[in-house]
Amino acid sequence: MEAFFSLASGLSVAIQPMNLLFALIGVLLGTAVGVLPGIGPALTVALLLPITFKLDPAGSIIMFAGIYYGGMYGGSTTAILINTPGESASMATALEGNLMAKAGRGGPALATAAIGSFVAGTIATLGLTFLAPYLVDIAVSFGPEDYFALMCVAFVTVSATFGDSPVRGLTSLFIGLMLGLVGIDILSGQSRLSFGVPELYDNIEVTTLAVGLFAVGEALYVASRRHIVEEKLEPVRGSLWMTKEDWKRSWKPWLRGTLYGFPIGALPAGGAEIPTFLSYSTEKRLTKYPDQFGKGAIEGVAGPEAANNASAAGTLVPLLTLGLPTSATAAMMLAGFQQYGLNPGPLLFAERPDLVWGLIASLFIANAMLLVLNLPLVGLWVRLLAIPQPWLYAGILVFATIGTIAANPSPVELIMLAVFGVLGFLMRRFDFPIAPVVVGLILGPVAESQLRRALSISLGDPMVLLQSPISATLLAIALIALILPFVMKGLGRFKAVED
Amino acid sequence: MSQLRKSLWRGALAAAAVAGFVTSAAAQMELKIMAPAAPGGGWDQTARSMQQALTQSGIAKSVQVTNVPGAGGSIGIAQLVNNSKGDGNQLMVMGYVMVGALLTNKSPITLEQTTPIARLTAEYEAIVVPADSPIKDAKQLAAALKADPAKVTWAGGSAGGVDHIAAALFAKAAGADATKINYIPFSGGGEALAAILGGKVTAGISGYGEFESQIKAGKLRLIGLTTPADKATADKPSIKAQGVDLEIANWRAVVAPPGLSADQTKALTDAMDKMAKSKEWQEILKTKGWEDSYVSGDAFAKILADEQARTKEVLTSVGLVKS
Repeated sequence: MEAFFSLASGLSVAIQPMNLLFALIGVLLGTAVGVLPGIGPALTVALLLPITFKLDPAGSIIMFAGIYYGGMYGGSTTAILINTPGESASMATALEGNLMAKAGRGGPALATAAIGSFVAGTIATLGLTFLAPYLVDIAVSFGPEDYFALMCVAFVTVSATFGDSPVRGLTSLFIGLMLGLVGIDILSGQSRLSFGVPELYDNIEVTTLAVGLFAVGEALYVASRRHIVEEKLEPVRGSLWMTKEDWKRSWKPWLRGTLYGFPIGALPAGGAEIPTFLSYSTEKRLTKYPDQFGKGAIEGVAGPEAANNASAAGTLVPLLTLGLPTSATAAMMLAGFQQYGLNPGPLLFAERPDLVWGLIASLFIANAMLLVLNLPLVGLWVRLLAIPQPWLYAGILVFATIGTIAANPSPVELIMLAVFGVLGFLMRRFDFPIAPVVVGLILGPVAESQLRRALSISLGDPMVLLQSPISATLLAIALIALILPFVMKGLGRFKAVED
Repeated sequence: MSQLRKSLWRGALAAAAVAGFVTSAAAQMELKIMAPAAPGGGWDQTARSMQQALTQSGIAKSVQVTNVPGAGGSIGIAQLVNNSKGDGNQLMVMGYVMVGALLTNKSPITLEQTTPIARLTAEYEAIVVPADSPIKDAKQLAAALKADPAKVTWAGGSAGGVDHIAAALFAKAAGADATKINYIPFSGGGEALAAILGGKVTAGISGYGEFESQIKAGKLRLIGLTTPADKATADKPSIKAQGVDLEIANWRAVVAPPGLSADQTKALTDAMDKMAKSKEWQEILKTKGWEDSYVSGDAFAKILADEQARTKEVLTSVGLVKS
């Protein structure tokens, strides 16, 4: 009940005209940088920090939160329309979203992403309001062995992104795992597979790989096929807006995506990628239209997009309650707090309730603004698809290159982008799925380092993986998820016989 | 609204006042400062704060900050040494972390190739334990290490970084075998702090600022800081004063490219001397909570050489650098 009053007083801070303006600037900036691959919200907040130094703390922190949420929206727009995820968290959205766009259903895809983000963001912010103190205890008790078990669950479920052939899917996954080994090993401090190239010491950037494989690879592939088949994209086929059926197919994935995104986002090493992929594979498994997956199923957009935004709110749980920044953007927001001499943590709620609750209240407002901002734009965005293909793909290449240079100004990074582009082209040409490569690069290093940390703490005793209740439960879930499809298949056959 | 307008006004007035007082002869330097890291980190913040102090106080006419991220600064220093030779307007922010990173990355470029200018700030390391830990002070932690160094697990930042080095030095000072310490590196971003709060490890080590609010909230117990014994206060005890001979600071400094003339070096050193004394810089130090540890010229060059020797020895002893 107390939280309600606090929230109400926070709302009175957030709706001051000046703070509303800051929230609006924030969401506009956030959407813009989210659209550009490579330039994420973290970089934007970093560059704005010195400028906002003179502003009052509430206003600038509200603006940063707007940038954070806006970035999550913007990333999905490019993922859906031009198969170029603005950041790794919108990769799962690109899988079905882009297929929908190609089938003339870009409008509903964008709409379900925007509304799903709003729903998930709102529910997750409610969660942040009421559950933060409880959730944070669980988050802190998550040890390295538990993270490793969570990664096992994620590994089992990535098979949903494999497409038709498990062998091809596993090949892709292992390419990703191998790329994940490149760079300085976090536990020993020694470099691996970097061949003395200093730029490779910092591991392969996920966005460089994703943009190379998705955007550059796609552009090369389309160019190579132009003389064979001229693909004519129809920007709108059917309704521009979501039909009644779209709504019916979207609302459950939104809620399920939120359930994945918020708690995992609240974990100090949870991140946004894992819940989006968990959500994708759950929707693929639960859908009533399994034949549409791989051709543009709306559930595959609604779920991951909701998970993506819910995890953004989840990240704020450890940031506000403990002062733990668990994502690059959260780290920059922490720096934002600190430049006013404020230290997020257990004392901040007591010392500056106006600020904390003002921030939380403005998250609700930012969410509503984003919905109002994005829905009318849907019609405009889908016009992008009407651009003649050579122009569109040339534009994508320019975009991808600029984004990569902006994030990491180095010729080596550009060479990597080109190499990954060719890899993406070859994989498309020979029909290998692309998403598992990126998944491997994200999950591989986390799983490896958490397992080694767990074993280091337990002095080499592997039983630690079963002694922790969280880890044991998650490993059991992974095992069930691994076996269940086979059991279901058996049951399905049984049923078919009965019919 | 009124608050914002007021603060903007104040800023404008201050800027006007400064501009009025500074003689035009001094304001001719056009500096370039490279932060060998991505925007947002400690080195970047230092570079941008210097930019603010140097331009607002009128010591430099303009200051341009560039970012060359990668490999703990190895890429930035390579660019400084190879591309900026003899450029008397170029500076690079660096810090103690770079000393270790260059060694573990086996960088072909070394700090000897740069021109040392000045050390600016320092942050002391703090050792903490979870609030319910049986370990109460540095002596007890040292005793636990001496009994079995492998059983004392440390959570801190990246392998070979200042946290790791400080943990190894603590073990050595405790009379334990530093090669056997069980140091678990975390990739920053609060992950290490979560592991300590969750009681997954025996002790945590990092800059004091990372732990401050948890210590005040009673969720972590502060064992001590790596400050000199005479700098200890009641709420910030020194480890050295507790009988464990450990003193280390994570400092940040600026260096210039190789091949500078004596005049060029002096001009840069003078500019830094002036900046360190300026009201603007002191104000920044206070708001950011950075400790002033200003040393310039030959004294800084000696510190740099000493720290390199000490770091090499420690990193060799924990097996990160092969001698």
